[in-house]
Amino acid sequence: MLGYAGRILYLDLTTGKNYTEKLNEETAKKFVGGIGLGMYLYLSKSKKGVNPLSPENPLVLSVGPLTATMFPTGGNGHAFISKSPATGGVGESVSHGTFGTELKRAGYDAVVLTGKAEKPLYLLIDDDSIELRDASKLWGKSSLEVEDLIKDEIGDFYVRVASIGLAGEKLSKISCIINDKTRAAGRTGLGAVMGSKNLKAIAVRGTNDITISKPEEFFNLVKEFHERMKGPAAQKYRTTGSTENLMLQNNMFCVPTRNYNNSHFELAENISSSVINQHFIAKIIGCNSCAMRCEHVAIIKDGAYRGTTARIEYDNLWAFGPNCGIDKLNPIIKAAERCNYFGLDAQSVGGVVSFIMDCYEKGLVTKEKLDGIDAHFGNASALLALIEKIGKQEGIGAMLANGVKEAAAKIGGNAEQLAQHIKGLEVTGYDLRCLKTTALSCAVAFRGADHNRSGAVTFDLRGKVDRLKAETGRGKLVKDLEDQFNIIDSLLVCKNSKGTFYKDVEEMAKIYNAATGLGITQQELELAGERIQALAKIINTREGLTRKDDTLPWKVINQPISDDGPVKGAVVSKAELDLMLNDYYQARGYDKQGLLTIAKLQELGLTEYLSIIEHKE
Amino acid sequence: MVSVHNRKFVSADPEKCVGCQVCEYACSYNKEKVFNPIKSRIRAVRVNQTANMAVTCRLCEEPACVNACPRDALTQSKENGAILINKDKCNGCGWCIEACDYGAMMLHPETKTVYTCDLCKDKPEGPQCVKWCPEEALTVVTSDVLAQKARINAIKKLFNEKT
Repeated sequence: MLGYAGRILYLDLTTGKNYTEKLNEETAKKFVGGIGLGMYLYLSKSKKGVNPLSPENPLVLSVGPLTATMFPTGGNGHAFISKSPATGGVGESVSHGTFGTELKRAGYDAVVLTGKAEKPLYLLIDDDSIELRDASKLWGKSSLEVEDLIKDEIGDFYVRVASIGLAGEKLSKISCIINDKTRAAGRTGLGAVMGSKNLKAIAVRGTNDITISKPEEFFNLVKEFHERMKGPAAQKYRTTGSTENLMLQNNMFCVPTRNYNNSHFELAENISSSVINQHFIAKIIGCNSCAMRCEHVAIIKDGAYRGTTARIEYDNLWAFGPNCGIDKLNPIIKAAERCNYFGLDAQSVGGVVSFIMDCYEKGLVTKEKLDGIDAHFGNASALLALIEKIGKQEGIGAMLANGVKEAAAKIGGNAEQLAQHIKGLEVTGYDLRCLKTTALSCAVAFRGADHNRSGAVTFDLRGKVDRLKAETGRGKLVKDLEDQFNIIDSLLVCKNSKGTFYKDVEEMAKIYNAATGLGITQQELELAGERIQALAKIINTREGLTRKDDTLPWKVINQPISDDGPVKGAVVSKAELDLMLNDYYQARGYDKQGLLTIAKLQELGLTEYLSIIEHKE
Repeated sequence: MVSVHNRKFVSADPEKCVGCQVCEYACSYNKEKVFNPIKSRIRAVRVNQTANMAVTCRLCEEPACVNACPRDALTQSKENGAILINKDKCNGCGWCIEACDYGAMMLHPETKTVYTCDLCKDKPEGPQCVKWCPEEALTVVTSDVLAQKARINAIKKLFNEKT
């Protein structure tokens, strides 16, 4: 079983005791690695109804079978898995960089953290040595500072660090875990889970060799994928970057603008990809093993924020730009940098700021309530002031730091109608009213509103399906794409590289086999993708999520697109949603309530979880 | 002794290098049949997000590593300028590591002797890091050619020609 490290580390932060268990071949093949293995370990070590921010809630960190090999993008990922404080269901977030490679070389496929340290600590994994060290000097510091401080303290400058900022320490439900200074396991509020354990950082150094099963096949594949990554499949990421989406989507009227009040940002040209690249991008860097590079590092060259450095991609550009009605890049880049500083999920921050701006403009909150901030859409200083408050949880920030769902409940009245979230997770930059396959995908996504749980958005945007139509067949499409994405997030290849897998799962199986020698078939790997989806469903079912949670934000269902353009009037009606949900559940082999059936569990080899499902029926 | 003008080494273009560490994987696998950066003769360095560069042996004239070795374990190849290591003489004391300004000399975790880039002398196609670098940031060049390129680029820039 090459490729895998073959060991799982268990650490109780309350007692400091740790032990390892072997990862057996059957488990490896069944759950692959990454989010699959992570969710399996999470299920086996957690109990129903666990408070996400309690010591009893495990936080799992996992890598994949390709991590620390030369396979492009597959070499560099890691995933965090737990119960999300934002959604109350399964929380998972994948990140790339170099952090995962050290963990694999240290000899672990996963780390399962339970308990709560008495005082702030950080975990140092140095091959077989597991040490909990005092983090009092790191507490309150940003991930950027923490990484440097740990390197200095240990005296090893190649140690890799994942850590939380102030937001995670203060248990913000929109906090993230940042590694390698600029990469984040951003979504579902897992920074708070780490913070609830008094765990400031995980520092890793690994020196073991990684070997692969079939070198000749492996290197042929590496060569082939290097070529593909230099070609058209990765060109956008390599050159202009994902910010290119903005103008493309704006022309299609599917850029949620001012908290879904519009679907088109009339000022988009001011913050377009070409402006960003011409005036701000200082360098495009790559993660470990990557042959396509995509990380666009922006530096502000003049004005009050001169010298500010942050990664800019479509997601955070959208969150602070169109979504808040802001057309100035200096404050947008500054906002991205401040989110990194505090350890906040930029997308959710954009979501919560645009929500409160909407509330303010509609008179649901007063200026006094907002600590005197004039939170009109388009007010860049309001955005930055609110981020400071959210990061420090001061004044209005304390309420906003837990996301739109909680904020809406506190504001009351019609505020929930303005809260653009699914299952408690803020939406991303794709107007679901006119991207109906994506709408279905987001409604059923196990971690909440996120386009990244399937590739449906590509089908809508590229016209492979009629994006305005809700019809039978979309369920199967989303199901298949979800299963593929589950494999991607378990092999931990980068989603940006998806286009280079010309033959999708067939090629993923080839790489898996060349590395591990486990001889998985394409069908078996596809089944693993479906099984991983079922694991997430089992966790969500255990935690009480039902069909009613597979829904869409109020505006997506009730407020048609008002902008004059190709999609004016578009909306996803409740009837359309129900039609697509039924179609999806059928394609998945779920019952009408969207629950797993006994037959499906048997087919997927998950009968050990029968009691969870039966209890629900 | 090969003259400094003809001595070729692996050079990284900081403009092109993205810090992906593919060179480390290519090197350690080629040399030791494992993926492990601590067994790579070339190391990728990222100082901050924008400063990325891979570093390996520069085949210095008057190499400090050779001069530092008290056991005469290191010599410089008269043929191509590479640093040759006599493993029987090397006891891993690390003076050459301290002497090298580029961090290109490293102590092997298993053999406990030092190692550095030998330009993949056993490979007809040359250094494997250069072959695999996806950014084409690595080249096998002489200092003289680097100077030539720098001059040409400077003049192109001056006259606004595309490089």
